[in-house]
Amino acid sequence: MLWETVKLALQAILRNALRSFLTVLGVVIGVAAVIAMVTVGQGSARQVTADVEKLGSNVLMVMPGQDAMQGGPGSSVAPLFSLRDNDRVQDQLSVVDIAAPLSATRARAVFGNENHRTDVTGTDNRYFSAAGWEVERGRIFEPSELQSGKPVCILGETVRKELFGTADPLGETIRIKTLSCEVIGLLRSKGASTFGSDQDDFVIMPLKTYQRRVAGNSDVSFFYVAVHDGVSTERAKQEIERLMREIRRIGQGEEDDFTVMDMKQIATMLSGITDILTGLLSAVAAVSLLVGGIGIMNIMLVSVTERTREIGIRLAVGAQAHQVMSQFLVEAIVLSLIGGLIGIVLGLILGLVGANALSVPFMPDPKIVLLAFGFSAAVGVIFGYFPARRAARLNPIDALRHE
Amino acid sequence: MAETPLIQLKGISRIYGAGETEVRALDGVDLTIREGEFVAIMGPSGSGKSTAMNVIGCLDAPTGGEYFFSGVEVDNLSADQRALLRRHYLGFVFQGYNLLPRTSALDNVILPLIYKGLSRAEREALAMQALEKMGLSDRAGHDPSELSGGQQQRVAIARALAGRPRVVLADEPTGNLDTKKSAEIMEVLQHLNRSEGLTIIMVTHEKDMAQYADRLIWMVDGRVERDAPTRKVG
Repeated sequence: MLWETVKLALQAILRNALRSFLTVLGVVIGVAAVIAMVTVGQGSARQVTADVEKLGSNVLMVMPGQDAMQGGPGSSVAPLFSLRDNDRVQDQLSVVDIAAPLSATRARAVFGNENHRTDVTGTDNRYFSAAGWEVERGRIFEPSELQSGKPVCILGETVRKELFGTADPLGETIRIKTLSCEVIGLLRSKGASTFGSDQDDFVIMPLKTYQRRVAGNSDVSFFYVAVHDGVSTERAKQEIERLMREIRRIGQGEEDDFTVMDMKQIATMLSGITDILTGLLSAVAAVSLLVGGIGIMNIMLVSVTERTREIGIRLAVGAQAHQVMSQFLVEAIVLSLIGGLIGIVLGLILGLVGANALSVPFMPDPKIVLLAFGFSAAVGVIFGYFPARRAARLNPIDALRHE
Repeated sequence: MAETPLIQLKGISRIYGAGETEVRALDGVDLTIREGEFVAIMGPSGSGKSTAMNVIGCLDAPTGGEYFFSGVEVDNLSADQRALLRRHYLGFVFQGYNLLPRTSALDNVILPLIYKGLSRAEREALAMQALEKMGLSDRAGHDPSELSGGQQQRVAIARALAGRPRVVLADEPTGNLDTKKSAEIMEVLQHLNRSEGLTIIMVTHEKDMAQYADRLIWMVDGRVERDAPTRKVG
């Protein structure tokens, strides 16, 4: 008897191919949109977290001035740092593992006919370990090179690609402003950061070389500080602030003229942004779900007259109300299942494509898959089944005469 | 010993609405129909002839009175039991054919047989047989939209007959057909009555069609006004 009902339902589905197709389409759109959007949204959120972890949760940045997020190094009116300040942070604080001095500017790097505008950074070998850069080929700086400010440089992957393409850069000389410097090393790529900025787009040279030959001063723009494992960044931050006030002779009650930024603060800020993003995507997805649901509803309601007459005919030839209702219920369930499965597959494919396009991890969420599927299926079943139930309970003649 | 009449209505009423807007479609109908009769019900529009037919066919429930089918009081039956009664004893032919759209003639005729729980082979055999009787075996695979009105009505008759009912109820079966097609349909019904002893109850408003029946019931204002054998002289 159940099999008979399923067969009746399948016949009805095939007989009303267009109506069935439109119903399935409604479910597919709703389910696929939600799954794709939430998958991409959660992938992005995960990417941010991963980036921040890569950055190191034990990392602090020390910058001159108060409004670090707005001004940034160099734009501050507060006095800049020097190499000695950095080394005192490194040597005098036991909580600090590595403190690396950095200065940077935008400049054009030229090799042969190729040129590329990039970040030119002066630092020393401490930076590589603090920020987790690895040399893929070549070497890092010799102490003598750092001390004398020799014109040597290490290239990020993007700069290498732009200037050299397939050629081997090691031992070649590139020009930055008036400085000619020899390429001694190449860094392993880190790829795009969370906001899509290219982390590999920079040239590193010894701090002294940068100060003398590029910037023409002896300033340090900021310190990149890695604290020892097991030390809270809160504590490290307090100690650095105390020492920096001493170094910069800031009196009691005076404001700091520098900022110590905790990566955790940045992480919190970033995940706040991705939360908003995910929320936004979810809202769009919810609208798609609703639109799909309304589509299903429309098809079902538009066909109510025809379906009611069909039910009248079936009752007249001897069908019992429960037989008619189970046929329509099975029909609605089958359509919702087909639509739901296609929607899930399509949604996952779109999510995968989207995740790849944005280079974020592919993170399907079973809860969302179930939710989207459940909602669309419920709409399909409710609007497919309940009008049928109402019709099946009418006097057969009223169902037959339904206008 | 008097045989139990097939259909017996005692003081049947069917009232729509209530109070000011109350409409008495049937107002105390007494009627007895025996097995093997061919009865025509006539009357002006609004006289309740279709309502009477629907009550007899268990498509509509009366608001008052008693209805016995083969001695069983129908008013005491549940909706499901009435469905079983329709399934096993009644066949319907409607003015508007009421075939399922986008469904072949054969599948339309099979429809009542599905609910009778017959096997696929039995269903197809019975349905083909019924279509053949209506001269439509070559149209079995056609959708209603591909058939003429007369053909559609013959498919509907085949559907009514396929389940081997004891009564066929026809509500203005020729209402949508021209004279020639109407005569064809009526001859089919008459033949079924004469040769197979099938009880036929037909509502019509055309005197010519009523002439095919053996007995004419004339209704006015929800009551049986006249009940007599049809005069073959017209």
